[in-house]
Parts: sequence; C-alpha cells; structure tokens
Amino acid sequence: MPFNSANLLPILPEIAILITAAVVLVVDLYLKEKDKGVNHVLALIGLLVAFVLTGLVGGGERVLAFDGNVVRDLMSDLLKAGALIVSALTLVYARPWLKDRNLLAGEFYVLSLCAVLGMLVMISANTFLTLYLGLELLALSLYALVAFDRDSKLGSEAAMKYFVLGALGSGLLLYGISMIYGATGSIELGAVARAVAEQGSGNKVLVFGVAFLVIGIGFKFGAVPFHMWVPDIYEGAPTPVAMFLGSAPKIAAFAMIVRLLVEGLNALHTDWQGMLAILAVLSIGLGNVAAIAQSNIKRMFGYSTISHVGFIFLGLLAGSTQGYASAMFYTLTYALMAAGAFGILTILSREGFDAQNLEDLKGLNERDPWYAAMMALLMFSAAGVPPTVGFMGKLLVLEAVVRVDMVWLALVAVFFSIIGAFYYLRVVKFIYFDQPTTAVPIVTTGGVRAAMTVNGLAILFLGLFPAALLGLCQAAFP
Amino acid sequence: MIALSDYLIVAGILFSIGVAGIFLNRKNVIVLLMCIELMLLAVNTNFVAFSHFRHDITGQVFVFFILTVAAAEAAIGLAILVVLFRNRRTINVEDLDSLKG
Repeated sequence: MPFNSANLLPILPEIAILITAAVVLVVDLYLKEKDKGVNHVLALIGLLVAFVLTGLVGGGERVLAFDGNVVRDLMSDLLKAGALIVSALTLVYARPWLKDRNLLAGEFYVLSLCAVLGMLVMISANTFLTLYLGLELLALSLYALVAFDRDSKLGSEAAMKYFVLGALGSGLLLYGISMIYGATGSIELGAVARAVAEQGSGNKVLVFGVAFLVIGIGFKFGAVPFHMWVPDIYEGAPTPVAMFLGSAPKIAAFAMIVRLLVEGLNALHTDWQGMLAILAVLSIGLGNVAAIAQSNIKRMFGYSTISHVGFIFLGLLAGSTQGYASAMFYTLTYALMAAGAFGILTILSREGFDAQNLEDLKGLNERDPWYAAMMALLMFSAAGVPPTVGFMGKLLVLEAVVRVDMVWLALVAVFFSIIGAFYYLRVVKFIYFDQPTTAVPIVTTGGVRAAMTVNGLAILFLGLFPAALLGLCQAAFP
Repeated sequence: MIALSDYLIVAGILFSIGVAGIFLNRKNVIVLLMCIELMLLAVNTNFVAFSHFRHDITGQVFVFFILTVAAAEAAIGLAILVVLFRNRRTINVEDLDSLKG
C-alpha cells in the first residue's frame, strides 16, 4: 500500500508540536543558565505555529487519515485550538514562578510540549490504539512534570500517587477496550459503532467492556468515586504544573469521552447514561461539599474541579446533540477558567514563598486592584454568577438535561452549585474585605499581566456574547 | 483444546490480582509497580486470545504497543520512586501520608 502524503495534512499541528519539542530539547543543551528564557520563546512559537496550522487545515468535511487511525473534524479543530491556547497561557504564567526557583530548565518545556502532543493525538484519535497512545503520552509527561521539583517532598509523593492511580486508570480503560475489541472484532471507532449497533446491549461482553471503559474515564477525569488522586496531586504538585494538568488535559479528556462513548458506543447509550449519572451526581455533591472544608486553595481547586467534571458529565449523559455541544462549551470555558485561577496563584508567589493558602489572597485588592478584579471575575465564573461564562455554561448544560426529562438531575446540580457558591464567594470576600497579611509588592512582567487580562476579560466577554463559541460547539455535533 | 473463555478467565483472575494488590498492599511501593505490570499483562492476554480466536491480527499489534508503553511507564515509575526515596528515605506506602485533608 503506497504512502499518501495527503495523510500528513490533518496532523500538521501535531508535527509542529513534535518538531518544537525536539528543537527545544537540542537547543537547551547549548543554552547558558541566563539564556534559558529562549526555551520559553521557542515553546510559545511552536504552540502558535500549531494553532495557525490547526486553523489552516481545519474546517470543512470530516477527513480520515492513516487508514482510519486519525480523524480531523470540526470537533477536533475546536478542541485542538482550545488546548493550544490554554497551554500557551499556562506556559506564560509559569515562567516567572520557575525562574524564581531556578527551575526554568528546558525539560519543563519539553515535557509540557510532549503533553500537548499527547492531547492533540487524543483529540484526533479515531481508533482505540491512537487514543491509548495519546493518553499515555499525555499521562507519562504529566507524571514526570509533577515530580519536576526534585527536592520537594510533597511533589515526589504526589507524583507517586498520581503515577499509581493514573496507571490503574489506564489499566481499567485498556481492559474495557480489550473486551470491546473482543466483542466487535475491531478497534476502529466507526467499525465498532456499526458492530455495537448490530449487537445492542444483548451482548454482555460489550456491557462489561463499557463498564470498565466508564471507570477508566472516571479515573482520568477525576470523577467521584475515582477522584482520590485529584486533591492530593493539586496540592502536592508545583503550582505551574497543577495549573497545566488542571486545565488543558480536561479538553483532551473530553475528546476521549466523546470519541469512546458517543462515536464508538452510542448504541449503548442507555447503559452508560446511568453510569455517568451516578458519577455526575456524586462528583457535584462531594466536590462542592468537600471544597468548603479546605484551607489550602490548591486543594480547594482540586475539589472544585471534581464538581465541574460532574457538570461536564451531565451535559454528556443527556445524549442529545444539544447536550454534547453544551458539555463542550463547558469544558473549553472551564479550562480557561482553571488556567486563570491558578495563574493568579503563580503571580502571588515569589522567591521562597508559594501562595497556596486562602489567607494568602487576603487584601489582594489593596495590593493590586487589577489582578483582584480578574480573580473575582474568575471566581464568579466558577460559582456560576451571571454575566460570566460560568453561568452560561451551567445554564446550557442544565437546559440540555431538562430537555431530556431528567429534571431531578438538574435540581440536584443546582442545589449543590448553590452550596458551592459559598467557597468561591469566600475567596472574593478575602480579596475585597480583608486586610493584607503582607506588604510585599506583587512583581509581575508585562507579558503575564497581558495574558491575565486577556484571560479574565475572555471569561466576561464569552459570558456576555456566548453565541460565537456556542455556534462552533453546535457545529461540531451536527 | 483450550477455549477462548479459559484465556479470558485467566486474564480476569490476573487482572483482579493486580487491582486487588494496588488497594490491599500497604508495605512497598515496588509491589505497586508489579501490580500495574500484572494488570497490563492480563490485558495483553485478553488481546492475544481475542486476536487468535477471531483470526484478526489487530489485537496482536495492539499488544506490541501496550508492551512498549508499559516499559516506558515502568521507567518513569522507577524514576519517581528514586526521587521519592531520596527525599523521604522510605518507600513504605503507609508513610506516604503528608497529603491529606
């Protein structure tokens, strides 16, 4: 079978990221300690090139490449663009933090770029094999990143926990994949979908496989009851790494769940709908309640992530195109929000000091009113207060759930969101109504300030004018 | 003649031992790494068995990829283990309790 170079077209963004990672790896060898910032610039250029390429090869009809291993459709275009933008933002926020701690090494950028590559591969996967390889590339890079601060006791412990539970999740996912392969005889999602539609839920091997698949997805997303790693890793990992792994990988995980459950196993929708409903209710409930008890803000964000994952599942389990589009909207905006919230923490940190307790945010308004306003916007959005985008996302998801007559689910979600609003608003109270505990000025670079401004205002802008992004999300699910 | 179900049962038992080992083991982190390997090998057994009985080569190709990834995974796991031991002078699972809340 001759090689057709047209195959390379849909994966040009991946190729760009791979080349950048390789270039950074080599260039880093020849850089002096004071010039390490070049890595940062190279990585950002790579992400930008990949973003432009995504736009250039994107749009139009669905394209299969490499004998159906890779797919390029409107969903992959949008998710890739989102993952690249959010990753670029996190790299910008991370730089001053790394520089203050002498961690501004090329390895951070190589590992981050490999993780981005893994995400892109996951997003464009059309077989179980491609999906698995992308997932592992992402996960392995993240394990190493969590342990990146070599002398940190908490970092290495978090990395070990993340590694063991991540590998367990991959194992469960793979076991499910092997069962589905056995039942359908194919690993290509299209062929699997056809075989599943023929057999239906009469085939117990298939249902067994789906159960394992959902558990694996639950582990990767961090949904209750498979969430135990999330708060630990968020607390133990260095702040920029927690920021990185809490934002863009969620977009890739969303792609994974859509490819597996919606494209591959749509015929078994009634089976996985129930499982997702349990995960969603537990996640929204436990995430919001446990977050109240936290004094460590990174840990609080961990629990908050769990509750947001519950909302993403809500949109997906509705099973309508409206539900998928709203879940996609929610995921993209959540990733942006998480990057910004962690970004504020990296800005508040300085040499020898890590902002990770709620008290560290006290009086932020007096220390820097602009960042205080941005953080307040981000927190309002996370709580779901109009007119921010968090409100829009929650509204769309709940509307989709109500449309399929699952009103009780929507009620549970609203109830726990109201409880959850407490701990977000507590942060706002600390920022505006408490005295600062320290007089040390906040030093930031112009780049960080610009990125944070864009990030914070995007949250507001997307909330006021959601139509453009929502339209793109709806176009992805015709 | 060994039937497909026999292979699946063996793989299922191996997989369960692996998962149970991760949750029950309270002593040594290295045992956790072994349990992870065991799980992946059980999956490989599944794939090879299905591949043989379905006369479809894809499953065996998948196994090669899983083996490769498992090797990379073990390398990263052991590297993290070395960092952990250097920082804490212990690899006892019960001592890994500084992250709680």
